[in-house]
Amino acid sequence: MSTKVVDRAPLTFYERTYLPTILGGLKVTAKHFADTVFKGKSVTMQYPEERWVVPEGYRGAPYLVKDQDGATKCVSCQLCEFVCPPKAIRITPPGAEGQPADRKNAEKMPREFEINMLRCIFCGMCQEVCPEEAIFLQKDYSITAENRESMIFNKEKLLKLGGTHAGIQKWKHKLEEAQAQESFPVDAH
Amino acid sequence: MSAPAAPSTTPAPAPAPAAPPVETMTVTVNGKTVQVPKTMPDWQGKPAPTTMLQAAKIAGVDIPHYCYHDKLPVAGNCRMCLVEFGTPMIGPDRKPVLNEDGTPKIAKSVLPYEPGTPRGAIACATPISPGMEIYANSKATQQMRESVLESLLINHPLDCPICDQAGECKLQEYSVQHGKAGSQFVEAKVHKPKAVDLGPRIVLDDERCILCTRCIRFTRDIAGDDALGIVNRGSYNTISAFKPGHFDNNYTLNTVDLCPVGALTSKDFRFKMRVWFLKETKSLCTSCGTGCNITIGSREGAIHRYEPRENDAVNGPWMCDSGRLNYRWVGRADRLKEVLRLSAGGTRERVSWNAALESAALILTQAPQGSVAFVVSGRQTNEELFLLKKLANHTGALTDAVARDGEPDRLLVSEDRNPNSNGVRLTGMAFTEFGFNLLKIADGIAQGRIKTLVVFGEDVTRAGIGADLLAKLDALIVSDILPNATTAAATLLLPGAAHAEKRGTFVNVKGRLQKFHKAVEAPGDARAEWEFLHGLVHSLTGQNGYRTIEGLFNQMAAEVPAFAGLEWARVGDTGVAVQI
Repeated sequence: MSTKVVDRAPLTFYERTYLPTILGGLKVTAKHFADTVFKGKSVTMQYPEERWVVPEGYRGAPYLVKDQDGATKCVSCQLCEFVCPPKAIRITPPGAEGQPADRKNAEKMPREFEINMLRCIFCGMCQEVCPEEAIFLQKDYSITAENRESMIFNKEKLLKLGGTHAGIQKWKHKLEEAQAQESFPVDAH
Repeated sequence: MSAPAAPSTTPAPAPAPAAPPVETMTVTVNGKTVQVPKTMPDWQGKPAPTTMLQAAKIAGVDIPHYCYHDKLPVAGNCRMCLVEFGTPMIGPDRKPVLNEDGTPKIAKSVLPYEPGTPRGAIACATPISPGMEIYANSKATQQMRESVLESLLINHPLDCPICDQAGECKLQEYSVQHGKAGSQFVEAKVHKPKAVDLGPRIVLDDERCILCTRCIRFTRDIAGDDALGIVNRGSYNTISAFKPGHFDNNYTLNTVDLCPVGALTSKDFRFKMRVWFLKETKSLCTSCGTGCNITIGSREGAIHRYEPRENDAVNGPWMCDSGRLNYRWVGRADRLKEVLRLSAGGTRERVSWNAALESAALILTQAPQGSVAFVVSGRQTNEELFLLKKLANHTGALTDAVARDGEPDRLLVSEDRNPNSNGVRLTGMAFTEFGFNLLKIADGIAQGRIKTLVVFGEDVTRAGIGADLLAKLDALIVSDILPNATTAAATLLLPGAAHAEKRGTFVNVKGRLQKFHKAVEAPGDARAEWEFLHGLVHSLTGQNGYRTIEGLFNQMAAEVPAFAGLEWARVGDTGVAVQI
């Protein structure tokens, strides 16, 4: 194995006195002291009354979203359930007799969709794999509950927390395209 | 025409008392030279000229295909198996043209009006010729595949997220393997009917269909019900049923297996589970004596579907709809889950397996010779019947099984609805005709000679031993899976396991011994019958209690003449023939 010996320059006299470095540190402390006491600037937060605003791209809890027409976007393809590394997601498919999907030609939506937030590792694989843009990691980072059962979020709760995501609405466009072909000759305008 | 420069095997036009030598010819697939037979069985098993696709398969090269199926007539319409090929060049003197090194010169097939462009041929329907070279991976072949896939995908809706076929779809697989990422098609796709109710068990999505006509050929030529066809013209071509909603023969679900895309899907399996979650277990269908080979698809202890598993000695690649859909009883909520024993107070109490087996051993040991009778089922495995036979021999018992007959059909469904009637006969638990001893047993109980009855897997109240007779018994030891009138009267109830919950072997009506494996766990206290029977045999006879199914099977093979020489490990996935 090749090793590279790095030359370490011996400390100079100036450095060996330590004092300049200590003073440098004290300067930072003094600045924060002055900012806090005289200017009212604080670097800490009064959590939980004050909450941190997470930056864009933060990976918080995954929630289900609805489209701009208020329809459930998830079609129960179960790819997120498959890809989920800690097996936090559990989907109950609709079966043949399940509730019809919110969007007519999407044919399918989950009967139940559960995410165990205790198992979830916020990796974002579900969002990445979703072919329907139906699940997104959002900004919630502090999820607490009094018992383990209530940390399993069901479909209703996930949809409520997830809100709306305005997407391309491919199913709607497919339906419109199909409907336009039903009359012949195809409408001129 | 003879194969040029090929070291052909001796032609030997012998009178052939035994199997005549197979005539072969030499072809080259991807540079690998192989000898292939001149003829091979077609879909009906008749000899037909060997095709490029079959030759490639012999060479170990899989050529992608949609419409071709080895058990269906060749249609050659999907064009997916197009390959570039070449044949030995013949000079004006009708002699093979040779290269400088003496090998035959190959003329690649090209377009006659454009000699620079390779002309492919569909491998499924083009017979091979001596010295032919098949280029299954050449650039031209790859381009042909890309173009065919692009064409097939022009009107495909790409709705994989809601398609039940996703995960086992040839369109997905070949697109990944041979397709290209983009499409040049920018116009609006042709929309066709979706979720068409084709029959009681089939849903059709016409947009996903690639018009390979496998379903049409299957139902016309195999099922004998010419119910499907293509209607409309051009890009409006649509699969349709002769009477929509009435595609209802007993083999319709095979078209779902055959469909290479998600056009035909099963109503029973619709939106139930994504196929990549399913654990596949090799098993057998138990709905009749044919013993069709199946694959059980299960997830987390729940069975989601049966699919046929190819076995040319039994069912080919097919199975009937009634057998395929006969799985829900395995997961029924009212399955027998508790070991129950009638206490002195007259109530049935839940007891442990050990206590129950001790009671059973005590009853059977104390019973005088001839006072015990066994009624077993043609649904038990050979191993269980073998152990029951040991118990019956030890107690000098009368034994019989219950016949279960139904209407046969001309394809797969057998008249005998027991999966293992021959196992009952071979292990000596019943005569050739079932029911002969049942009368004697009923008579024996009525006259008080028989005081102990052991019933496995049958409701004897429906086989001539009514509840009044059962009430006369001192002990009624019953093992079953689902509750019935007999289990309700049992003094000792031992919950058993369905075939999907245990391992074992059956012998089908034609005498093929086949084994099956465990897919799911038995519910509650229920146990595989052979597991507790070996303990019972040990308590009664002191003989070794073969703790594994392998050991038990091998022991049975040593003792039952019909199974002589067999070994669990050597019974393959498709079974072996035994003398019945």
